[in-house]
Amino acid sequence: MSVYYTATDHFVLLPVLLLALFGCATLLFDLFVFPEPKQRRWLLLFLVLGEAFAGVAFFRQQSFLTAHGGDLTAFNGALVIDNYALFFHWIFLVTTLIVGLISYKYLEVRDEHHGEYYGLLMLAQTGMFFLASGTELVTIFVGLETMAVTFYILVGFLRSDKRSNEAALKYLLLGSMSSGFLAYGFSILYGIAGSTRLRDITAAVASRDPYDPILLLGIATTAVGLLFKISAAPFHMWAPDAYEGAPTSITAFLAVGSKAASFALLLRLFAGPLGSARASWEPIMIAAAVLSMTIGNLAAVTQTNTKRLLAYSGINHAGYILLGLIAGNPTGLKGVLVYLLVYTFMNLGAFLVLTSLTRQGLAGEDINDLRGLMKKAPGHALWMLVFLVSLAGIPPTAGFLGKYYIFLSLIETGHTTLAVIAAAYVAVSVYYYFRLVKAIFVETEEGELPPLATSLGTRLALGVTGALTLGIGIYPEPFLRLAQLSISR
Amino acid sequence: MTSNLLSVILFTPLAGLLVLLFIPSGNKKLIKLWANITAAAGFLVSVPLVLNFNRHLDGYQFVERMDWIPPLGVQYLIGVDGISVLMVMLTTIMGFLAIFSSWDSIKDREKEYYAMFLLQQTGMIGVFISLDFLLFYVFWELVLVPMYFIIGVWGGPRKLYAAIKFFLYTLAGGVLMLLGILTLYFQYATQFGRYTFEIGELMKLNLPLGLQQWVFWAFFLGFAIKVPMFPFHTWLPDAHTEAPTAGSVILAAVLLKMGTYGFIRFSLPLLPNASADKTIVTVLATLSIIGILYGALVSLMQQDWKKLVAYSSVSHLGFCTLGIFALNQAGIAGSVIQQINHGISTGMLFLVVGVIYERRHTREIKEYGGLGHVMPNYAIVFAFAMLSSAGLPLLNGFVGEFTILQGAFDANRVWAAFAVLGVIFGAAYLLWLYQRTMLGEVTNEKNKGLPDLNWREWAVFVPLMIWAVTIGVYPKPYFDILEKPVAQIVHRVHQSANTVANAPAATVEARSK
Repeated sequence: MSVYYTATDHFVLLPVLLLALFGCATLLFDLFVFPEPKQRRWLLLFLVLGEAFAGVAFFRQQSFLTAHGGDLTAFNGALVIDNYALFFHWIFLVTTLIVGLISYKYLEVRDEHHGEYYGLLMLAQTGMFFLASGTELVTIFVGLETMAVTFYILVGFLRSDKRSNEAALKYLLLGSMSSGFLAYGFSILYGIAGSTRLRDITAAVASRDPYDPILLLGIATTAVGLLFKISAAPFHMWAPDAYEGAPTSITAFLAVGSKAASFALLLRLFAGPLGSARASWEPIMIAAAVLSMTIGNLAAVTQTNTKRLLAYSGINHAGYILLGLIAGNPTGLKGVLVYLLVYTFMNLGAFLVLTSLTRQGLAGEDINDLRGLMKKAPGHALWMLVFLVSLAGIPPTAGFLGKYYIFLSLIETGHTTLAVIAAAYVAVSVYYYFRLVKAIFVETEEGELPPLATSLGTRLALGVTGALTLGIGIYPEPFLRLAQLSISR
Repeated sequence: MTSNLLSVILFTPLAGLLVLLFIPSGNKKLIKLWANITAAAGFLVSVPLVLNFNRHLDGYQFVERMDWIPPLGVQYLIGVDGISVLMVMLTTIMGFLAIFSSWDSIKDREKEYYAMFLLQQTGMIGVFISLDFLLFYVFWELVLVPMYFIIGVWGGPRKLYAAIKFFLYTLAGGVLMLLGILTLYFQYATQFGRYTFEIGELMKLNLPLGLQQWVFWAFFLGFAIKVPMFPFHTWLPDAHTEAPTAGSVILAAVLLKMGTYGFIRFSLPLLPNASADKTIVTVLATLSIIGILYGALVSLMQQDWKKLVAYSSVSHLGFCTLGIFALNQAGIAGSVIQQINHGISTGMLFLVVGVIYERRHTREIKEYGGLGHVMPNYAIVFAFAMLSSAGLPLLNGFVGEFTILQGAFDANRVWAAFAVLGVIFGAAYLLWLYQRTMLGEVTNEKNKGLPDLNWREWAVFVPLMIWAVTIGVYPKPYFDILEKPVAQIVHRVHQSANTVANAPAATVEARSK
């Protein structure tokens, strides 16, 4: 290969180049062009603009794939743009955009509004790009660290808040450890294949016995590293603390964006190159899934902090999504994608409502702070009901669709016991989601409280996530086709 | 002429709900008026259903079919047979009366209250007319949320406990039922190469008995918790007791029937071999009989008027499930009629409790006594409701119970013998309740000045009393409309049971495909 940077390479890399450029430019603009606090709105606009450009680039890639079929491979197999990757890129794009929109007011209220925030959001998305599109271990690892490092900063963004600092440190320590695990696993995979490209690893793994100890070690450490990132039990310890301490908008980003990106990688690795060694990792995944559902559900029941509650609910959802991978048939993989898609919207929506509860002199993170929300802000309350019902997986909301696929795939592949366990835990999860519903609709709060912190941006974001959570549930066809497209290689 | 009739019936409450949302919540009069108009319209649009229904035809009528989620094979497929027609009528009538009866008793957050009721109407009607299993499931779950709020917001002192208990129990059953549904769906895809939830298609499945039994138990959990059958009944006394009057009425009259309806519509026709399986029939009949006797005995012990009525539901629903698993024409037809009767009688009993609760705000039986002197009209209405519930000849309850006993007797004499005991106990707890509250001297000073029924209360009771008498005196139309669909189900259960006994090879062959 004498050409180092072809037109295809450029075409594939363009969206993430734009994101990185806009991200870095935001950091510089914050310093030199818009230093005044009032001018931060221009930085938010910058983020929207950057996402718009990236969106156009993604759209062009999407139309190219539709027109020509096949995948776009770049840098000699280090990056790929296929429908699967694009599916995630769209999720990341929407997530970053919505997180940007809801952050503005929140950061004002918390008095920690700094321009670099928006730059960091885009840089985190840059990292996510490589997780979904990377097909070469080093590229993937660098992407993962880009995302992780920006998140370490963002989690600790409330500089004067002790909890935020503590959360950041905890996340940094545990996150680095998980990265270490992953790097160790990657190095073994490289040792087995003699190459860092996934396609070479596929062949090398397929030629080995699934119980080969070296392979087993490589797979187990890779799995542990990734299970950390998706906050699956028993590697979930960081999540409740990080979720609680982080700014609520970043909690949303962490819960949705970071998790989706890590799942993108998990699925690409385990349903792809490591698929032939299923026998060696299936028990690990089953154990992690069942533990996640158990710990997530049982621990969520007793939480009084809404962010911690949603953290444990996120652990529970990670368990459900893993079940799709365990089933491993087309229905299961489609289920993972559908689940992640609807999880994005319903979880972002739920966090969004929590974000607007944080207002002058009120942290808004206790369940009791939701009391009487129906009276104060019926719009927020009703949308929150939709999100919670959807998180619980009750039709006709989008969350049901995710559960539907997971259950069906388990039945199709004969994992009946897992299906029964998963179904039984739905009832448990309803209990804690409806503790929030109870606070919102049934209990009342005496006394006057300041109005919710909302802005045009948050209302817009709320409308979009709410309409999609309900809309995907009632008319899911286009989204199912999208997911179908993404898994048909 | 009436091609979209069912959709109109289904969506009238929902359309009314959408309009309701735009009425400012301060305008309470208008909210109530509009909710009542919508509910009345909901009833009126359902009348042509009965008038145009042809009981001589096989299969479903007023069928509407549209693709809903084509990639999954989910359709918007609705239609009715004789059983569903009766259930839809029960829903629209009781729904209207329940909403009407709330006029004075709900004084807080009216808009949300009526919104929940209307949403629930749509959900319940949807359950009774869905011919697509996933559509059915969606409506089934849709009903839970409004009922949670009705109990949880407008209920009694322990409302929150009761509401979440109701929700968790029924949801847990529902999700496990979903696994059963998905199993059938998957089996259909392997046997026929395409995905569908259409019940008529799923009936073509040829499943080995073992699998049918598994699916049967999955369905059983969903339906039995809803009915509720012993030992899954514990949510019911709480929910019934804590719910506001209208909520209890709807819960008893319609919501519980979703479970029995599920057995008749899904368990029996889709899993005929399992339904006719000796072990399963014995277990189900035994649980029903335990429910009948246990419910009646516990009712005898109650100090709380409303709780007594609640436990009587467990007993009465035991009759309904016993009738179903007699697996003969009389049993199933009697069961459906008894479901209607239970809706009328227990609905009335809950309204009776509601009337006195609004005046005295206590449900302790010992607070009352000799009310007949103070409220003579009320005593008459209560006597009527009680006798109809106890199964006095010429009133509705008798017809249902008698037919069920007849069916049970044909199936197994021992069952009938035990069930008859339940009838006797039933008369006992009701008469004793009546005696303690209505007869004798006025024992409590506070009861002296209680006003008798007002016109609005009369207006709720009179239609129900008329309905009770018409069923009791002339039940023939009900049996007529049920004849075809019930005969089909019975035929299907017995025929499949025979074919399996004679030709086990056929199933094995189908499985290996």
